[in-house]
Amino acid sequence: MSTDAIALPEAELATRPMVARLHEWVTTVDHKRLGILYIIYALVFLLIAGIEATVIRIQLIRPHNDFVSPQVFNRLFTMHGTTMIFFVTMPVLFGFANYLIPLMIGARDMAFPRLNAFSFWMTAFGGFLLYFSLLGANGLYGAGNAPDVGWFAYAPLTSRTFSVGHSTDFWTLALLVSGFGSIGTAINIIATVLCMRCPGMTLAKMPLFAWLNLVMAGLVILAVSPLTAAQIMLLVDRYLGGHFFDTQAGGSAVIWMHFFWVFGHPEVYVLVLPAFAFASEIIPVFSRKPIFGYSVMVGATVAIGFISMSVWAHHMFTVGMSSAANTFFVISTMTIAVPTGIKIFNWLATMWGGKIEFKTPMLFCIAFLFQFLAAGLTGVMLSVAPFNWHLGNSYFVVAHFHYMLAGAIFFALFGAFYYWFPKMLGKMYSETLGKLHFWLFLIGFHLTFDFMHIPGLLGMPRRIYTYEPGRGWDTWNLIVTIGVFFQAAGILVFLGNLLWSYFRGKAAGSDPWDAWTLEWSTNSPPPAYNFYTIPTVQSRRPLWDLKHADDPDWKYE
Amino acid sequence: MRSHGSNNWCVPGSQILVCVCCSAAAFADPTSPFSPTNIFAPASTPAKSIFGLSLFVLAVTGAIFLVVFTLLLYSIVKFRKRKNDDGREPPQVYGSNQVELAWTIIPILIIVALFMATARVIAIVQKASAPSNAIAVTAIGHQFWWEYRYPSLGVVTANELHVPVSDPVHPTPTFIKLLSADTDHSFWVPRLAGKTDLIPNHPNSMWIDPHETGLYLGQCAQYCGTQHAKMLLRVYVQSRDEFDRWIQQQRQPAFPSNAVSPGQRIFETTACINCHTVSGTVANGRFGPDLTHLMSRDTIAAGAAKNTPENLRQWILNPDAIKPGSLMPAMELTEQELDALTAYLETLR
Repeated sequence: MSTDAIALPEAELATRPMVARLHEWVTTVDHKRLGILYIIYALVFLLIAGIEATVIRIQLIRPHNDFVSPQVFNRLFTMHGTTMIFFVTMPVLFGFANYLIPLMIGARDMAFPRLNAFSFWMTAFGGFLLYFSLLGANGLYGAGNAPDVGWFAYAPLTSRTFSVGHSTDFWTLALLVSGFGSIGTAINIIATVLCMRCPGMTLAKMPLFAWLNLVMAGLVILAVSPLTAAQIMLLVDRYLGGHFFDTQAGGSAVIWMHFFWVFGHPEVYVLVLPAFAFASEIIPVFSRKPIFGYSVMVGATVAIGFISMSVWAHHMFTVGMSSAANTFFVISTMTIAVPTGIKIFNWLATMWGGKIEFKTPMLFCIAFLFQFLAAGLTGVMLSVAPFNWHLGNSYFVVAHFHYMLAGAIFFALFGAFYYWFPKMLGKMYSETLGKLHFWLFLIGFHLTFDFMHIPGLLGMPRRIYTYEPGRGWDTWNLIVTIGVFFQAAGILVFLGNLLWSYFRGKAAGSDPWDAWTLEWSTNSPPPAYNFYTIPTVQSRRPLWDLKHADDPDWKYE
Repeated sequence: MRSHGSNNWCVPGSQILVCVCCSAAAFADPTSPFSPTNIFAPASTPAKSIFGLSLFVLAVTGAIFLVVFTLLLYSIVKFRKRKNDDGREPPQVYGSNQVELAWTIIPILIIVALFMATARVIAIVQKASAPSNAIAVTAIGHQFWWEYRYPSLGVVTANELHVPVSDPVHPTPTFIKLLSADTDHSFWVPRLAGKTDLIPNHPNSMWIDPHETGLYLGQCAQYCGTQHAKMLLRVYVQSRDEFDRWIQQQRQPAFPSNAVSPGQRIFETTACINCHTVSGTVANGRFGPDLTHLMSRDTIAAGAAKNTPENLRQWILNPDAIKPGSLMPAMELTEQELDALTAYLETLR
């Protein structure tokens, strides 16, 4: 569909001075550029948070190590967690959603382009604010700089009594500001998916990617709002003499936990639904079959969205809730295993009977399936409240959620990077480097996070800067730390591949995977207005219909 | 360390599950703990109930893992694109309501079973009420140490909890009320019970009935500030006679050998008494651990160091050398004052 008329303005653009081009990136309201800005921003913070994790693991390589002081260690895990959740994973997923949703539903841009730019810059500003704390805020006991209250910042550790200085304020304001950005993006995604679809694309004919991101955006609004409220309450406590969480004046530490986790658990699904979205696009294309059970997949997604709002207190099994409350949160949490199980089975059924091609995106998606299965099953173990009285807040739970975040979400995300890289930049990535990245990261991941479960079972709590010898934890921690270096090497290969392919990669063409969704019908990279003419679709796989005019999908759906 | 089955505190089903599922957990051997804090080496009813349940859960989730993993492995091997592929697309299958129904209903049934087993253990552990002969202890979490009070026995101590062994036939459990003086903490001695948090303004409780004498270790399991890592737990389970003797000894006021030693004078004229109590003297601070019977403890600094004269001296000179970020200030004493003070503390038996 490329024409000379489209190519001309792009060529003009390339000859303009650097400053003018940068200025265009800063002032852009184009969903594709904002998507790429989100992704680059997230990659920068991924490097920072990765370095933090590496230092944490070096400190824990043997008992009584003194690589860093406890004060520095506490800041490191606080910053690692906060950065990874709010300034790496959320922005990178928003970036892909921003870039791909209009292209997949045949639209020229998001519904609210300027809100889109505002949301990105709010998120970006939040991240900068968090790291601005390094320039001089004080933490616990007036020492140090970066926040050191942990990423869920339990009261009353955040009160002025225990956290003097301003590091906690930087943490609070960073989340408050980026929260506004997240809510803006969520509103935009919902409006875009509901109102901007091309002719013929009913809700039942949308790509699953759009469905999953629609539910994700709904969850963002429901989940981030209580977090934002809680941050404002914390600021009121700290500066206006409020007593919401001030236990010394009759406030409640448990209320903070409820506010935080009523955000925190749906947040897990905010992060994992886009990962499902990637898998639901990549697995069919590399199995050469349509997604199995489309309508059941949509139903399971909506069910996950609803149920995920009623499970938050499974993070609080050890805070002394009544047996009735504990029992309720056991069953609500276990229930969510049903729709997630349905998803795993549908992906398997999609591969079943196909012709699976092991290109890098598919390799990452297969590993995603495996690790998501394992993380889901350790999640079932954690949902068993009495078992959780041991496992909660131990290294087992750290291993579990890293299995979910790194093993499931990041593997699907890397798959997405390789799958859509040719579309975004018009160049093919290096398959050799992609596979090297895959194997290095897979080995590193399993060395680190498989073995991390064991010290948890042997009584090692999380967030300790050092541990006693003779607890049977030493060997496991050594192996866990060794794995980090494989992962780091994998990440460097990944970044190297992106850069090398951007400058040296072969031209990809508009449809390198012989895929079926609308983004592959336009140029790579797509022109500013996406489509020369707005497409009309008749089925969920419009490009299949084009390529197989004798046997189109709309006959069967 | 053997466990005896027949007692009314124990989960009836757990013993059977232990036998059935023993191979499910590699570390599940109560006779050799593998680690002093191994959750699969339970020595008290709450921990044993959880152990039985956890083996059941491990068996179920392990079976699901094996089945689904096998399916995944089979499909990537069987349905890989072959070298001699004809280039045609495989049959396009869009779904099947029957299989969808099957993989919805089977997981629901599994979850019902898991839920019922779980609800039962929640009730066993959470709904147990204290018998009249139970020992009542109040544990108060402080940054970064533990205060233990035995209200009915008139004993206050720190960091080393002493409880009597509980004969499964005639149980004498210990019920612990959990309070916090500052931030959130969590009481976790894995071989005795699951963890329960100590939250200011939110009293909690838990119970243990250790079946074997010995020392049980654990540590604070909720991030509570700079020195969260060295807020260690030590539970001494003693025979009833030993426990009673320990209580008798702890109830005595401090009885230093001389009337007023130079060390005692230093202790009572510096900031020490703002935080520490030595019963029977003017020292009645409550911010730090009660020192009345300091020398009866094996460790100082909440388990971070052995209780030796050298460590004690080092601790007073510079607490940060043992526990950086501890709230005990360095006391800025001269060498002679340090010697005298350490000598005084060593008389607090």
